[in-house]
Amino acid sequence: MSSELKKTPLHGHHAAMGARMTAFAGYEMPIQFPDGVLSEHRWTRAQAGVFDVSHMGPSFLTLANPSGDPDQDHRRLAALIEPLVSADVASLAPGRVRYAVLLNEAGGMVDDLMIARLPDAAPQRGLYVVVNGATKDGDFAMMAAAAGDAGRLRRSDDDALIAVQGPEAAAVVEAALPGAADLGFMTCGLRTFQDETLVVSRSGYTGEDGFEILAPKAVASRFYHVLIQDRRVKPIGLGARDSLRLEAGLPLYGHDADETVSPVEAGLAFAISKRRLKAGEVRGGARLTEELEGGLDRIRIGLRILEGAPAREGAVIADNTGRPVGRVTSGGFSPTLSYPIAMGFAPPALSQPGLRLNVIVRGKAQAAEVTSMPFVPHRYVRKP
Amino acid sequence: MRFTKDHEWVQLDGNIATVGVTAYAADQLGDVVFVELPEIGKAVKAGENLAVVESVKAASDIYAPISGEVVEVNAALPDTPETVNEAPEQRGWFAKIKLDNPSEVDGLMDRAAYETYLRSL
Repeated sequence: MSSELKKTPLHGHHAAMGARMTAFAGYEMPIQFPDGVLSEHRWTRAQAGVFDVSHMGPSFLTLANPSGDPDQDHRRLAALIEPLVSADVASLAPGRVRYAVLLNEAGGMVDDLMIARLPDAAPQRGLYVVVNGATKDGDFAMMAAAAGDAGRLRRSDDDALIAVQGPEAAAVVEAALPGAADLGFMTCGLRTFQDETLVVSRSGYTGEDGFEILAPKAVASRFYHVLIQDRRVKPIGLGARDSLRLEAGLPLYGHDADETVSPVEAGLAFAISKRRLKAGEVRGGARLTEELEGGLDRIRIGLRILEGAPAREGAVIADNTGRPVGRVTSGGFSPTLSYPIAMGFAPPALSQPGLRLNVIVRGKAQAAEVTSMPFVPHRYVRKP
Repeated sequence: MRFTKDHEWVQLDGNIATVGVTAYAADQLGDVVFVELPEIGKAVKAGENLAVVESVKAASDIYAPISGEVVEVNAALPDTPETVNEAPEQRGWFAKIKLDNPSEVDGLMDRAAYETYLRSL
C-alpha cells in the first residue's frame, strides 16, 4: 500500500485484528475484517459495530474574540458559517446537532456535514463541525475564508473519530463513558476518559441507534481498546459501512451527490432552512426555491431490484419502454433484505413508490421497483 | 487440477474440463451474493468472460481458463452463491467446458507452481 497514504491513530489495531486495508479519502483504511462484509453488516444490525471513521473531518469553529455571553457568541458564530450552508445554525440550542449541506453559488452540493452547538458548559464553547474525508481540505478552506479574522477553525485531523452503531451501542458506550446514554438522537456532549475530553454525539450513518465519538490522539488507542474488548462489539470495515448506509437510504457524497446536485434533487430538502431560504439568505436559493415549488428535473429514488444482478453505480435506469431516464448512483446487495437495492436519479414523474422501472446491467434489462427510503427502517433513539 | 494466474482452476475428465475459482480467489472476492453463469452451448475462448460473481461491494469477471464449448453449468449456484466461499474447489464449480484442444490444459500451472505463484503476490 502506498506510503503516501495517511494512517489513523487506530491503524495498529486494524492490522492486529487482520483487517484487509484499502485506500480511501487519502487514508489507509480497513475495508473488512476477517469475518467479512455480510457478517459485519448483520452483527451491526443485531449487536454493535465499531467503526474507525477518523478519515473524516472533525473541526471546531470558535470566535476570535468571544464576548462570554453564550447566546450572543453563538449568534455571531452562526453568522460566520450560515452563508455557506443550507441549515439554520442560529436556532441551534446548546448540545444540538443538525445535518446540513455545504452549498456552491449555484445551489449545488459541495459536501454534506454535521454542525453541532457544543454545550454552554464546555470549556471551549463553539461549533463542532464534521465534514466528509474526501472533501475536507476544500470544505475547511471555504469555512476558514468565510470566518475570516472573526473566527478560528481548528481541524482535528490527528484525533480519532469512532462510530459505535447498533442496538447494543448505547449499553456499550455507557459502559465506557458513563452518562453518554443520556444523550438523545442528534444531541452532543462532552465526556471524560482518562482525563481527556471526548466529544460524543448520538448520531451515525447506519440507520441504527449509535454514537460518533471524537477521541483525542492521546487516548484514542486506549479508548478504542476498551470498546473493542466488549463482547457485544465487533470491528466493522468500510465495506459494511457502505451496505449499512445504503439500506438506511443515506446518500454518500461523491456518489449520490456532487457539485451539480442540489439538496432538493438529492432528497435532502429537510436540511434546507425554509426561514433562511425565504429571507434570501441561502446560497443558490433561487434554484432551490424553484425546485421546491415543483421545477425539479430529477430526484434521488430508491430501487428494489426484482431480478438478476445488483445494479451498481453507473447502471442506466430505463422506463418500461426501454427509454433511459437516469442512472444508478450507488447500489448493491442488501444483507438485511437479501435482495439487491440501489439509489439513483430519475424524473419526479417516475419517482412514485411501486412504479416499475428497469435497470440495465451488463446489457440486460432487469425489472426494478421504485421504493421509498429507508429500505430498512431507522431505529434512532430520540429523547424529549 | 490445473490453475491460472487469474485464480481459476480446471479439472480435466477426458475432454471435459470442470472450471471454478480457487480458495484464494474466493477469499479475495469476499462474500459472494450473486453468480451469473454462461448459457449452455456458448463457445468461449481462453481469457474471455465466462461468468460474473458479485460480492456485497463489487462485481468480478471470471475468465474461461481454456477454450471450448460450455456443456453444463452448476445450476445450484445462483440460488446458493455462498457455495463459492464455502467450497470453491468442490461444490462451488461454475461450468463444464468441452475442450477444443485438450492439450491446452498442459499450459496451465500445477498446484505446486500455483502455490509458488501465490507466495509471489
